[in-house]
Amino acid sequence: MSISAGDTAWLLISTAMVMLMTPGLALFYGGMVRKKNILSTLMMSFVMLALVGLLWVLYAYSLSFGPDRGGIIGALDWIGLRGVGQAPSSIYATTTPHLAFMLFQGMFAVITVALWTGAVVERMKFSALLVMSVLWLTFVYAPLAHWVWGSGGWLARLGALDFAGGTVVHVNAGVSALALAMVLGARKGFPRQPMHPNNIPMVVLGAALLWFGWFGFNAGSALTSGGLAASAFVATNIAAAAAAFTWIVLSWIHRRPSVLGAATGAVAGLVAITPAAGFVPPIAAIPIGIGVSVIGYYMMLLRSRSKLDESLDVWAVHGMGGTWGAIATGIFASAAVNSAGADGLIYGNAALLGKQVLAVAVSWAFAFGATWVLAKIVKAIMGLRVKEEEEEVGLDISQHGERAYGGITR
Amino acid sequence: MKKIEAIIREEKLDDVKSALEAKGFLGMTVTEVSGRGRQKGIRLQWRVGSYQVDLLPKLKLEVVVDDKDSESVVDAICETACTGKAGDGKIFIYPMAEVVRVRTRERGVEAI
Repeated sequence: MSISAGDTAWLLISTAMVMLMTPGLALFYGGMVRKKNILSTLMMSFVMLALVGLLWVLYAYSLSFGPDRGGIIGALDWIGLRGVGQAPSSIYATTTPHLAFMLFQGMFAVITVALWTGAVVERMKFSALLVMSVLWLTFVYAPLAHWVWGSGGWLARLGALDFAGGTVVHVNAGVSALALAMVLGARKGFPRQPMHPNNIPMVVLGAALLWFGWFGFNAGSALTSGGLAASAFVATNIAAAAAAFTWIVLSWIHRRPSVLGAATGAVAGLVAITPAAGFVPPIAAIPIGIGVSVIGYYMMLLRSRSKLDESLDVWAVHGMGGTWGAIATGIFASAAVNSAGADGLIYGNAALLGKQVLAVAVSWAFAFGATWVLAKIVKAIMGLRVKEEEEEVGLDISQHGERAYGGITR
Repeated sequence: MKKIEAIIREEKLDDVKSALEAKGFLGMTVTEVSGRGRQKGIRLQWRVGSYQVDLLPKLKLEVVVDDKDSESVVDAICETACTGKAGDGKIFIYPMAEVVRVRTRERGVEAI
């Protein structure tokens, strides 16, 4: 097929918007940790633009999307962008340059690795984080991306729907976060000492950048610039609004309408609509958004009352939000919205819901198991945590030799 | 000479400052501090639920005066910093050994 100027322009802009989400996530996480760990937390996300940005073009794109090998993994035919050029791919986004699709997908990989760093903040060694990230991208992200999105991937062939990454991105990162937090252990002083957020305005700015970038994430996943992109765009905004509002109400019922809660709710809504955005009628984003905040709020409460220090609740927001979104896709999907999709439960097709539940279950089991094993290996080889005294002075100084803010003489 | 160190509510600074200025006491040092007393702490919202913070932000006001002015300054602070609720603060009074003005090297009350 020939290149469409409109599709290409939209895909390139969407790629840039998704790129902005990773620094947005860095601010979202960075504002929630203690002052002594803000740089370290920003770095954990920001470094993925550099690390994953390179690995993606070197081999990870080929592993994820390269020619199918048994439905399990992509072949290495496209390493170093061999054969990935200005001409469209014959399989993916066939009206845009293959290079555009490649980097659009690359930005998804970048932010997915950055997402689970929310579980390990304030205590994980930077060197161990880098090693873990390389292994995770290679052995967890690439296979799952291939199963769900790769041409010939076994979950895709089964008919499970994931528009923009409910399973590949959010369930994957959220459940991996749970496994990592278990292997890593709690921060010193948790849960006895409250861990005060150092900058809630920064969290709000981060959430706003995520909301903005998410239009590229979801509507860009249409891979065309037309009605489907617009439908996904509108669904995305509705879900974020409904979820933010619901979280505000929930926090108000419990005490006060929390700003941190509003920012968290918006992100949860964006997570839940991700797998559904281009398959459901936009108005279905209202129940999806309300549902994710109710689920996310109480799952976060449950987690915070447990002994598990999954520090920034990646599991509650992304793991559970992605789970709900994927299941909701099975409920609200309509073939009238997207002919490449299917009808869901409310349109009389219960089979789709079954496929969605299966895809979620597979993602949970694979992400948890593989991440747990990888974390144990890295722990045995080099250790995962900073020393106790390094944790006390903070990771900004101990890992990066920098202070976020000037002091008396600076 | 006495050093009067007052811990007050943040929102009372302007009132206290004007009252002292009206009595002719201009010099002071103000510091943001955290502390606790009978007021206990406050609850702050987290993403879900809330948590207790037991140190509260206050201001520390330091004024050095001649012995004879000490009670008048204490009165002015007590009158203007008081709300009648727990958390209004404390005043600590210290004997002051010496004061030196850096520019002129004047000493004692002259240097205040």
